[in-house]
Amino acid sequence: MAATRFLGLAGTRLLRLLTSQGALLLLLSLALFGSFRYQTFLTPLNLMNIMRQNSMLAIVALGMTVVILSGGIDLSVGAFVALGGVIAAMLAPAGSLVAIIGGIASTALLGMVNGLLVSRALLQPFVVTLFTASAARGLALSLTEEKSIAVSSAASGLVWLGRGFIGPVPVPVLIVALLYFAAWFMLHRSLLGLHIFAVGDNEEASRLMGVNPDRVKLVAYTISGLLSGLAGVVLAGRLGAGQPVAAFGWETDAIAATVMGGTFLGGGQGSVLPTLIGVLLLGMIYNLLNLEGTITPWWQLVLRGGFLLLVVIFQQRVVKTAG
Amino acid sequence: MNQATSTVLCMTDIKKSFSGVPALWGVNFELQAGEIHALVGENGAGKSTLIKIMTGAYRRDSGFIEYGQNSVAFQNPTEAQAVGIIAVYQEIQLVGFRTVAENIFLGREPHSFGIIDRRRMNTGAAEILRRLGLHINPRSPVGSLNIAHRQMVAIARAISFGARVLILDEPTSSLTQTEVSVLFDVIRRLKSQGTSIVYVSHRLEELYAVCDRVTVLRDGRNIVTQPLTTLSRLDLVCHMLGRKPDQVSKGVTAFAGRPQNAVCRSVLLQAEALKYQHCQGSVSIEVRHGEIVGLAGLLGSGRSETARALFGAQPLDDGTVKLEGKLLELRSPHDAINAGMAFLSEDRKADGIIPELSVRENLTLAALPTLTQWGIVSRKRQDKLVNRFMQRLSIKAVSAEQKIHELSGGNQQKVLLARWLCKNTKLLLLDEPTRGIDIGAKGEIQRLIAELAEQGLGVLMISSEVEELVEGCQRVVVLRDGQSVAQLSGEQKNLQAILHAIAEGADCQQAVGG
Repeated sequence: MAATRFLGLAGTRLLRLLTSQGALLLLLSLALFGSFRYQTFLTPLNLMNIMRQNSMLAIVALGMTVVILSGGIDLSVGAFVALGGVIAAMLAPAGSLVAIIGGIASTALLGMVNGLLVSRALLQPFVVTLFTASAARGLALSLTEEKSIAVSSAASGLVWLGRGFIGPVPVPVLIVALLYFAAWFMLHRSLLGLHIFAVGDNEEASRLMGVNPDRVKLVAYTISGLLSGLAGVVLAGRLGAGQPVAAFGWETDAIAATVMGGTFLGGGQGSVLPTLIGVLLLGMIYNLLNLEGTITPWWQLVLRGGFLLLVVIFQQRVVKTAG
Repeated sequence: MNQATSTVLCMTDIKKSFSGVPALWGVNFELQAGEIHALVGENGAGKSTLIKIMTGAYRRDSGFIEYGQNSVAFQNPTEAQAVGIIAVYQEIQLVGFRTVAENIFLGREPHSFGIIDRRRMNTGAAEILRRLGLHINPRSPVGSLNIAHRQMVAIARAISFGARVLILDEPTSSLTQTEVSVLFDVIRRLKSQGTSIVYVSHRLEELYAVCDRVTVLRDGRNIVTQPLTTLSRLDLVCHMLGRKPDQVSKGVTAFAGRPQNAVCRSVLLQAEALKYQHCQGSVSIEVRHGEIVGLAGLLGSGRSETARALFGAQPLDDGTVKLEGKLLELRSPHDAINAGMAFLSEDRKADGIIPELSVRENLTLAALPTLTQWGIVSRKRQDKLVNRFMQRLSIKAVSAEQKIHELSGGNQQKVLLARWLCKNTKLLLLDEPTRGIDIGAKGEIQRLIAELAEQGLGVLMISSEVEELVEGCQRVVVLRDGQSVAQLSGEQKNLQAILHAIAEGADCQQAVGG
């Protein structure tokens, strides 16, 4: 409301456009820049590659978005991806179905533990998930004795999940499309979705109005855990192995994609589809950095951190001025 | 319909204590169908305790509540809500990013198989809003509405529950004049539809504008329940404050008999046309060197707000503050302190003392910068200062190292006074300086304030004890709904005139003068 007085209607529109569609605008301008600089950039092959490479992150970021909308944060997603992948690879000899379900169920259970600790024990989400992340990473390392576990040939379905195609579309990309649509429907059409938004917005008011915040949080963290496990399973299929050191720092990327998509870090406001744009934006940035070839992966980390800080600072500003 | 005589809610002999301290001593409250019933009283009267018992937020210790034909004992607000007793509190609890309709239906959304029926929700919300005569889009986010409309949404939510008893707790405290009239329209509409309303407010105008009957509580007891048409404003104020206008009580405070001769001194504080949020009128005050000026008024009349605004702790919408002729820009308490002002809050525990620190540390807190060199506090200078003030104000403590929370209320107050006195203060802003202090210490504090004024300090004192103002102050400024309505001094400064000004306001404006 303050912004209306301050900038006029046009200014408010611009601000709203920047926050809601900022990621999309950035994505388009980056694509334009890339296509001028590299002939190979804007080819269907490269674009499909970017999408396929980032499918796993997109799945993780979806869970992260749900948790952030509910007013929390989940730092355990990276470790859960590794654990889910390792467990799937270890169960692969028993067949694809067992491997897939085993990988997903184990991290869904851990996500539920996150949710219980956050809602019932009233602990800070970042503390809880930081510790469960450490535990899950340790578990993945000790189960595999720090080695990569190759996926047995008995689990062709698992491999298909990571590498297969349906027509021209890679299976992981298809999974992402389905999940994002389902999540969008859940958030904007169902009771659960409304309650996730309400609790993230004002937990006390929601409680007073008859919403059960504990249950909402439990569901949100369980969804995030489950999706991390699924990402791990897909990753294991794609790599043909369960790696205990996989997905290091993915929590940062997932938070980044969510925030760049315009979801408010304080909870209660945002959506999932922009998160997907955020993921693609990140993927494109890394892709361009790789094509550039002059920036080492370590400097890429530094750039990533700095860029993300800028995004969060910008968002905070917008939220403050827009009231 | 026989609305006028059918009782909806009847509370009889309600008692409630908090850790042994009685808040309600056996209060009766009776609400009729389609009635707007004002519930008033000053601090500690027991209004909010009674409301919370009504809505199930507290449980009574004893007494009976009859609702409709049944005896009830609500365990929590949800139970009371289910049968139609709902409170809308001052701080409105809504979910800002969500729409009006979502807020009205949150927790019991129309749905099938977990999928929300948005059309039914929006039309349902629109229907309720129309019943209240409001033009609010059910699809707008609540956060984009102004406070008045948010309140309407909260009321609409209550109505959607089928509220038969709606409790409004200071509903107008943050509304503008036009918003108030919208609220009144809504309230009258609800009344005509048979809803009973309990209306808690301190603004006399509003009570007389919209309420049928009033129940006055004081110190947890019933004082009177009466139709407002048969109760004069003066009588209402007298009931609230527990004073009679013809009551003569002289020499009840330690101020009595002190010389009041500061009239010829120069002006210290000149505050003109102070306005803060949503109040229509404005406040003007002048304090001279060596003068004690009193601020009188009911709870919520703007006394504390004025003091806090002068101290830079609350933003002003308009007005100028001059200290010794110099125009001040008060953006924060820091500015006010630098200009030579000091403020003692009415809530010592929350805004004053730091309980776990010693008397010495509490006393020198504000003066530390002057006792410090290269970031090191000089203990010697600190001790000297502390000893001087402990003697001067006769602060009773085992030693300067005793923790302040172990001291009596009176001595805590003295330490807080000393905290400001060792800082070269020119103007003291005191908000209820003797509340919650036992009789003996009260006299000591009063004597101390008088002495400080005699030494040339200007004092602005808020007090709910009219005697304190009559006997202690050279002049008394009366506030009413955020407006200074009278300035009384000399012969005019008596109990009757103050009560009259609080009750009738501008009608009895006295000659304004030094």
